[in-house]
Amino acid sequence: MSKPILLAAEPGSSKVNKTGSWRTMVPIFKHETCTDCRICVVVCPDACVFGQDNKYHADLDFCKGCGICAYECPVDDIDMVLEVK
Amino acid sequence: MRKLLEGSMAVAESIKLCRPHVVAAYPITPQTHIVENLSQMVADGDLKAEFINVESEFGAASVVLGACAVGARAYSTTTSQGLLLMAEVLYNMAGMRLPVVITCANRAVSAPINIWNDHSDAMVIRDSGMIILFAEDAQELMDIHPQAYKIGENPEIMLPVMVNMDGFILTHAFESVEMLDQKAVDEFLPPFNPEIKLDPAKPITMGTLAEPRWYMETRYKIAETLDDALPVIQKTAEEFKAKFGRWYGGLIDTYRLDDAEYAFVAMGSLIGTLKDVVDDLRAKGEKVGILKIRSFRPFPYTMIRDICKDIKQLIAFDKSYSYGWGSILQNELRNCFYGQKHTPIISGFVVGLGGRDIPPKSLIDAFKMAKDKEVLNEFVDINLELVGGRR
Amino acid sequence: MAETTKAKKEKAPVTESLLTCGHRACAGCGESLGAKLVMDAAGPNIIVATSTGCLEVFSTPFPESAWRVPWIHSLFENSSAVAAGIEAGLKAMGKWNGVKVIAQGGDGGTADIGIGCLSGMLERGHEVLYVCYDNEAYMNTGVQRSGLTPFDAHTTTSPSGKVSFGNQRPKKNLVEIVAAHNIPYAATATVGYPADLQRKVKKALSIAGPTFLHVHVPCPLGWAYKSELTIEIGRLAVETGLFPIFEMEWGKITRVRKITKERKPIEEYLKLQGRFRHLFASDEGKKELAKIQAIADANIAKYGLV
Repeated sequence: MSKPILLAAEPGSSKVNKTGSWRTMVPIFKHETCTDCRICVVVCPDACVFGQDNKYHADLDFCKGCGICAYECPVDDIDMVLEVK
Repeated sequence: MRKLLEGSMAVAESIKLCRPHVVAAYPITPQTHIVENLSQMVADGDLKAEFINVESEFGAASVVLGACAVGARAYSTTTSQGLLLMAEVLYNMAGMRLPVVITCANRAVSAPINIWNDHSDAMVIRDSGMIILFAEDAQELMDIHPQAYKIGENPEIMLPVMVNMDGFILTHAFESVEMLDQKAVDEFLPPFNPEIKLDPAKPITMGTLAEPRWYMETRYKIAETLDDALPVIQKTAEEFKAKFGRWYGGLIDTYRLDDAEYAFVAMGSLIGTLKDVVDDLRAKGEKVGILKIRSFRPFPYTMIRDICKDIKQLIAFDKSYSYGWGSILQNELRNCFYGQKHTPIISGFVVGLGGRDIPPKSLIDAFKMAKDKEVLNEFVDINLELVGGRR
Repeated sequence: MAETTKAKKEKAPVTESLLTCGHRACAGCGESLGAKLVMDAAGPNIIVATSTGCLEVFSTPFPESAWRVPWIHSLFENSSAVAAGIEAGLKAMGKWNGVKVIAQGGDGGTADIGIGCLSGMLERGHEVLYVCYDNEAYMNTGVQRSGLTPFDAHTTTSPSGKVSFGNQRPKKNLVEIVAAHNIPYAATATVGYPADLQRKVKKALSIAGPTFLHVHVPCPLGWAYKSELTIEIGRLAVETGLFPIFEMEWGKITRVRKITKERKPIEEYLKLQGRFRHLFASDEGKKELAKIQAIADANIAKYGLV
């Protein structure tokens, strides 16, 4: 007899999947006018904006380049630029 | 202690002794007395369980699926249309390896609508991956449910189990039943403690999407486990016998089969009628016996071949039919012996669809008709004048 | 005291979300954003049941899972019933311990195929928060019309054509159907206002009994707009009056989010989305725009949005 399998996946195991490869535009966090409001963190559908103390960045392993953070930044401190790979 | 119990009450008493945490069911004839009794037990505080009055059988199966996933022992019961409405969830439950127990009070499937007994409903679930057992009388119903939980919850098995009982014939008939003792049942059936369950302390993901490279392997494991379940079902019945002294067969049971040349094959309450028929035929010098199929899935091929090695003919009495293919039980038997050195003649009769009475005389006539001949897919007592059919 | 001041001044570094990176949602997906906001507002002491749909598919291709909470998917139409079973199981086993149970599904899984199970769960009073992520069509199967698809939207099964302007039925009023079960809390929300959404999640989880959130989640692929506009479009749905934001307690409206700035004409919302493009292509289409404006006007009057 062998054990049944239940296909139970480990929590957060999706991080092996580097969705950053999907990206054509990349967010540049300029760190010039940041007010530490963290809207960029809140609005990221991929939960991949990290940082602290006016120094935020997108984890480019996962950022799909949707541009929401740049669009929503109230102080225009994030630019979307065409990524050259 | 013996009590005069309706079959439904025997089921309810048996389930109570299994200490389910969650019971979810939707009323449908002829299953209603089971849920009424269970809800009364909860209302009286005799059964410490959450009784969930769901909005449909689909909801019932989904609720017990959720309860089982969090590590609770869960129970539901239904029949016929209700079982068909549950079907999507039952397949899902088997795939997710959640060992819920469900009692099906077997009833015909609409149309035309008919509330009486046959096995058409259970056959819809045949290929779901569930373990499918058939019980013969109220005593077996009392005894089989702790076995069903023990089989399903076995860490090597982890599959849902459906216990079948003939609607009205067993659900509504009173029999003298030897009661089980709670302490003994607790010793026989340990608490459910699954290795994997939903728990914030260990937040795993259940019910994932399986891409083609995983799906086939997952389903293969179900096939493998159903094979593994054969000895587990047998062993569990033997353990039950050792503890409680009663035996209804493990995978199969036999009656006067040792020196028989002809074996009647059937499932459920019909076995009782067939025993009388066999006694009657034996008195007339016919060497007949009975092969009772207790486990329909997994189907005990090897054991049947073994036990029938000296049998001349198998005659199946089937309460279901696969339209466009034939009697299901008869065809299972033909498949069982295909290519074997010893192949008995196999005949099949369809009986009792939609609660049609099955008098012993009809069974004796069927035997006379089929004796030493291959008679296939023969509908017993069919009145063709009524519908203008052809023979 | 000094410590309190310090804590206020220095925010902790951003930590990993309970719906984490590596999932396969489209860039700019409103549903993944909505679910992330809901999970992080709810916190880790939860068990989540999810319906079949985009959310389940993009987050759990075995052996990967983007969930960091105990999570189960069973079928399309039963997340509410599975959640009810989880709640009942926890209660019966005495393992309740403040664990919150959340069920979630899309608009089709909630308002169409799953409405029977949802109604049962609500009526029986289970301690479950149900969250409907409404992207207004069956997106997982390729943008087919659901009961929550808005009037005149083009979908692949309610296409605009020579004699049709798309979906000819108005959006079903899901939250009022839910509230009619006389549950303690039901509300609408949107990813357009993340703080409002997260406040409602926390409020719902603080209330005993069944609670419900209907969350508007724009879909860049299905609605055909640029992915950066997900939040903007979510806000415009509110500011035009097409997706009113309000809370209901015991079947009665108790709080409404007023349209904060100037009320916007519906065209500002519609023109950003390819699913309404056909309305701007002809004079006949303009008449349709008037009908949609009438829907917004009726919402504004009914819910007192201005």
